[in-house]
Amino acid sequence: MGKTITEKILGRASGRDVSPGDLIVSPIDACMAHDGTAPLAIRAFREMGAKKVWDPSRIALVIDHIAPSSSEGTSNLHVLMRQFATDHGIKLFDVGEGICHQIMPEKGYVLPGRVIVGADSHTCTYGAFGAFSTGIGSTELAAVMVSGKLWFRVPESIRCLVNGRMPVGVLPKDVILHILGLIGADGATYKTVEFSGDAVRGMSVSGRMTLCNMVVEMGAKNGIVEPDEKVREFLRGRTQAEGEYLKSDPDAEYSKVFEVSAEGLEPMVACPSSVDNVRPVREVEGIEVNQVFLGSCTNGRLEDLIEAAKILKGRKVKEGVRMLVIPASREVYLEAMKMGLLQILAEAGCSIYGPGCGPCPGGHLGVLGQGEVCVSTSNRNFVGRMGSKESQIYLVSPLTAAASAVTGELTDPRKFVEV
Amino acid sequence: MAIKGQVWKFGDSVSTDAIISGKYKFKTIDLDELAKHAMETLSPDFARLVKRGDIIVAGENFGCGSSREQAPLVLRQLGVGAIVAKSFARIFYRNSFNVGLPVVECRELPDRTNQGDILEVDLRKGSILNLTTGEAFRAKPVPEFLLQMLEDGGLVEQYKKYGEFRWSMSSR
Ligand code: SF4
Repeated sequence: MGKTITEKILGRASGRDVSPGDLIVSPIDACMAHDGTAPLAIRAFREMGAKKVWDPSRIALVIDHIAPSSSEGTSNLHVLMRQFATDHGIKLFDVGEGICHQIMPEKGYVLPGRVIVGADSHTCTYGAFGAFSTGIGSTELAAVMVSGKLWFRVPESIRCLVNGRMPVGVLPKDVILHILGLIGADGATYKTVEFSGDAVRGMSVSGRMTLCNMVVEMGAKNGIVEPDEKVREFLRGRTQAEGEYLKSDPDAEYSKVFEVSAEGLEPMVACPSSVDNVRPVREVEGIEVNQVFLGSCTNGRLEDLIEAAKILKGRKVKEGVRMLVIPASREVYLEAMKMGLLQILAEAGCSIYGPGCGPCPGGHLGVLGQGEVCVSTSNRNFVGRMGSKESQIYLVSPLTAAASAVTGELTDPRKFVEV
Repeated sequence: MAIKGQVWKFGDSVSTDAIISGKYKFKTIDLDELAKHAMETLSPDFARLVKRGDIIVAGENFGCGSSREQAPLVLRQLGVGAIVAKSFARIFYRNSFNVGLPVVECRELPDRTNQGDILEVDLRKGSILNLTTGEAFRAKPVPEFLLQMLEDGGLVEQYKKYGEFRWSMSSR
């Protein structure tokens, strides 16, 4: 019987033929932890009595969640991370380098066919490169730093076929929000979500990252897209190593298949306070907005800033609304600067901050107060995620975020873009 | 490995943000400090009133959201004896075994158990008894190596005891 990409990767890694449900132990090609998870991993590593990491070149530490630090407590945890990195010869990406999930592919840690884990739930993002990647906890990350191995249960795969041309005003974020509404917040628990179809092939690597990023919002273990020339192009100059460009067999087995016609899609929004509370933006237009956040590992890339700038160019963020723009990495920041995007956004009245997670994890830089509404391009809208438990978060595409910033209320962006 | 305790009942999709908010976890890894805020948006008295051995009962997708291990850790710190839910989010499920907190999947029990009931959970046998109502339930089976990890007190303790991770032994 045929195999999916995920089954092929885990089979090669564990050195045997695998099927969904099998428990395997796999060598790990690269791993990552950030300032929200590394401190506990370091503590677990020390408690284990371990002296050396298995391979410092395969470990990345990133300070991105509260970067720069906003309190002494956080600063002390950052100090702990820097010290650990120095002691073990591990590369640490410090304040301002960017979000872990943007850095991992940019800096060459991610390759097609590889097995990658990170102490962060959105580690599933690298499926956009045809890698098996998934989130784990801090103690397991410590175990990986010690041994370079981890156990997995080989997941069943759900296939999401997206075919057809995407209408103007509809972005990959709208596609994944739509799918999230179909599958539900626990509809893919323990499983793989494999994206295919000509609309997915037509997306940039950045758009595919947006898709794979949000599979954990359906409970999935990993998301994956068949790697192609666009992946090869992205990786050029970032790493010497060659990945394995695998395809799912035509007779591979899927536990479910969802078919989405891109033509019928429209701008979508995940309403408070669950990620699968998804509706077309036009149905909830008019909700007053206090803060707009453009950024995060879901939508903080160059392409996302370009989309937002299409609407914000020559327009102004409505008075009384604050719009925060946070490029996902230094590379994105520099590109956006060279292209003049930062100028367009700043002229429109946006505040631009250094690369990192920004308000997404609710620790600093734009924490919401009681009764405030935030329209955000990030991936989670749980109660209290960005601050007060009486604040509300609406998850949208960069275009919808920009349109809403201009009008001061949740707005369907198709009013502003040429249809 | 039988655990007996009083039930704290929660609904579906209890996220890791609800278990321990991001605004606390970036500042300290002192678990006593963090534990004071456990579940505070859902049940403001939980951290103060929960007793050693008490059992959380919840619906679907318990522990969804971030990978933060602080979530099972604060519950363990407060003495929670076990969690029984219809389903768990994947990373939370793994994290719980790694930190030595017993978690059990059972689809039927949550709808048939009330706040304050007394449960007895036996992980090895896979049985859960509601001592208040007298009803018995079957738990979804757990792989042997995870049960062992719990009995060893979690992943760190296991490594200290054997000098290696038991999952790598099982694959030889
Ligand atoms: S941007 Fe948000 S979701 Fe992404 S890694 Fe940072 S905190 Fe997590």
